[in-house]
Amino acid sequence: MRHLPILRQGRPYYSADRARAIHHRTKEPFVEISQANTGLIRRDFLQKEAVANRLSGFSSEELIRLCAAAAGHFADATLPLGEGEQSPQDYVEATSATTGLPYNMVRRNQAKIQGVLANMAGVLRGLTRNLDLSILDRGHGEASGTVVSYFRRTDSLGVVLPSNSPGVHSLWAPAFALKTPLVLKPGGQEPWTPYRMIQSLIRAGAPPEAFSYYPTDHAGAGEILRRCGRGMVFGDVSTTRVWARDPRIEVHGPGWSKVVIGDDMADRWPEFIDVMAASIAENSGRSCVNASGVWTPRHGRAIAEALAAKLAAIQPRAASDPEAAIAPFADPTVAHRMNQMIDGLLAEPGAIDLSGAAGRGPRLAEQDGCSYLLPTIVWCDSPSHPAANKEFLFPYASVVEAPTSAMPGILGPTLVCTAITEDRGLQQRLLAAPHIGRLNFGPIKTIQIVWDQPHEGNLFEHLYARRAFQALPEFATA
Amino acid sequence: MSSQLQQRVRTHKEALDAHVREIVAWHFDPSTGCPFWLDFAARAGWDPRREITRYEDLDRFGFFEDEWLRGGPVRQWVPKGLAHLPTYIFETGGSTGVPKARIQMNDFRTDYEQFSHTLPAEAFPQGADWLMVGPSGPRRLRLAVEHLAQYRGGICFMVDLDPRWVVKLIKWGEFEMAERYKQHVVDQALTLLKAHDNIQCMFTTPKLLEALCEKVNLRKLGIKGIFCGGTEMTPQFHRFAVEELLDGIYFAPTYGNTLMGLATHKAPAPEDDWAIIYYPPAPRAVLEVVDPAEPTRLVPYGGTGRVRLTTLTKETFIPRFLERDECEREAPCEQYPWDGVRNVRPFAKLGSNVVVGVY
Repeated sequence: MRHLPILRQGRPYYSADRARAIHHRTKEPFVEISQANTGLIRRDFLQKEAVANRLSGFSSEELIRLCAAAAGHFADATLPLGEGEQSPQDYVEATSATTGLPYNMVRRNQAKIQGVLANMAGVLRGLTRNLDLSILDRGHGEASGTVVSYFRRTDSLGVVLPSNSPGVHSLWAPAFALKTPLVLKPGGQEPWTPYRMIQSLIRAGAPPEAFSYYPTDHAGAGEILRRCGRGMVFGDVSTTRVWARDPRIEVHGPGWSKVVIGDDMADRWPEFIDVMAASIAENSGRSCVNASGVWTPRHGRAIAEALAAKLAAIQPRAASDPEAAIAPFADPTVAHRMNQMIDGLLAEPGAIDLSGAAGRGPRLAEQDGCSYLLPTIVWCDSPSHPAANKEFLFPYASVVEAPTSAMPGILGPTLVCTAITEDRGLQQRLLAAPHIGRLNFGPIKTIQIVWDQPHEGNLFEHLYARRAFQALPEFATA
Repeated sequence: MSSQLQQRVRTHKEALDAHVREIVAWHFDPSTGCPFWLDFAARAGWDPRREITRYEDLDRFGFFEDEWLRGGPVRQWVPKGLAHLPTYIFETGGSTGVPKARIQMNDFRTDYEQFSHTLPAEAFPQGADWLMVGPSGPRRLRLAVEHLAQYRGGICFMVDLDPRWVVKLIKWGEFEMAERYKQHVVDQALTLLKAHDNIQCMFTTPKLLEALCEKVNLRKLGIKGIFCGGTEMTPQFHRFAVEELLDGIYFAPTYGNTLMGLATHKAPAPEDDWAIIYYPPAPRAVLEVVDPAEPTRLVPYGGTGRVRLTTLTKETFIPRFLERDECEREAPCEQYPWDGVRNVRPFAKLGSNVVVGVY
């Protein structure tokens, strides 16, 4: 069986404690993953300053070049994997095995990460609002005619990662180019992508000690976030709640992303069905940027029926099938529990799962040893129905009728809001809403991300702060 | 298993059966037994002294219930035959609510004297002083470790840590405060270590050992042997401690609790891959590994199951107590010709609400 080691500042370490991830179909153990004990993590942190200094020795330009080279390695190279190697196809198959994602979705995520690494200069331009990156090398400089100085707030960025979809790893990648050592805790079912990204960067010439990779338990994850000056945590509400008020930690919880249709566009709804369906179902509904709600002032039932009919065509297929559009759950008990939870929500009058009648069949499908939850469109007669603003790890969306006058307040926290409206008043209210993370005007899929437009916090602002600075010319030689 | 070892296992089993008869006779004799068990026998309608003749017969008592040890009257556990002796009350570890309690007179001394004979003299020198850094207060460890030090001719310095406070801090999400409290404990320990040259031996918990070793090299401060316990230890912690924390200091991991006493570890061997293997202080206590769904059935050697404890001393009789731990069943070995336990850890099926290993 393959065995993924810990990386202690780039150095592989095989732990005596190991966890196993199973193959989603065979249920057989697929990989052993070395587990880091909390003390080991703490001990390595004693070296963090030296590691940060090592990375500071690289210029931003050099780091961007390394990322570009790493992009190619990530996509095409056979890279070290523990005591063996991993080809790009091995990566796709392994990620599919433990997460359930079909090969085509793993490849799309792979391309997304490759794109971010290859285009790191553009990503950093977006994050820094076009700052001359040599200012980060020198510590000070001139931007738009003003003297500026930036300093790094932390010796390392700790990231507690999820298992839902590999694309999420593109969010932490810019930290390396921003000279910040990474301390990663991979998800239990998706250890592959961060390991491969690290190997790609090392192959490109990055200093190995800039990367720590600690598969660990809940206590170890907490230790990483407490020890790093800055952190990111991904997970559900219960996982992330404890960090919600810690300004050092950027919390990436559920997205509750939505498509909102204005009064002016509601009668034209059939034109936007494809955008709504793709927002709900692409990437098997596993991303926080997938829409879990469609909010409209009228025609709600008709929209829900049309979406249900369109998505009913999505049925289980083999992981290797290029047409596969839905991922099974790696742990079937999760699918069963989630299905029961949805039945519980629908037991309250006022909401109906329209997908069954539209030809989907039962929501919970078992095929070839895999458990799937098939696309589910729920029509709710009120925004206050308990099924109305829920998010699950599969294509699930509620369609809700609500007056636009009540928007955006009634929407609640919304990571991505695609607003299909030309109503200036509604647009202005949406622009002013602090609980919307990313706003699209027009029929843009919620999952369509432009990497120079960060959401859920700006990584540059998370890692760097600006200080007041003055220097007499003869002293400003750095 | 060699034929010689098989013979030793049989001999031990005969001794265990004899010990069971002696202990049952004591606890169910109206002149020596404690009110709890005498009352139990009166209500049960059978006389354990007549019907319990071997270890397996203890199944007749059913499972000892956790709740019986919570709350009073605590004197129901005092055997009449020992009522003239000073009595201690010791409470279980770090949980909140009404703690389980066990009365003792001398058991803690006996257990730790037996344990003392398993410690190598070069690592725990006769006459060396000790430092105990860990949960004391109502716990048995406080007096037990001090007695161990005295038994070996030493004096024991003490730094207390209150695990119930740590549990509360963690439940409240006050991680920073928990960390500061730990540092407060560590700072006190370091002060003592630096001030007293003859401290050569220590008891501490895994987490405190890590924290101490982040600050100093304990070997350079004169420590030769560390007796470590109080919370779960994984194979990886064992490896990490030996390879990265201790710099050659002898490491004695232990598994113990107020109800059992102290299990000693088998000397590490390469084939064990850092597994921590413990053997109970038989015949005074017996650890078995049972099927969680059918806890009267032992799992095969190497199999995983729930820990079942039976305590058999004149001070305490606890038959068939299901611990909140799971592990693998370990075969008898030359040093200990009775069953042991491997890699003890919290019992997964009890759920995740138990806060463990915080100190």
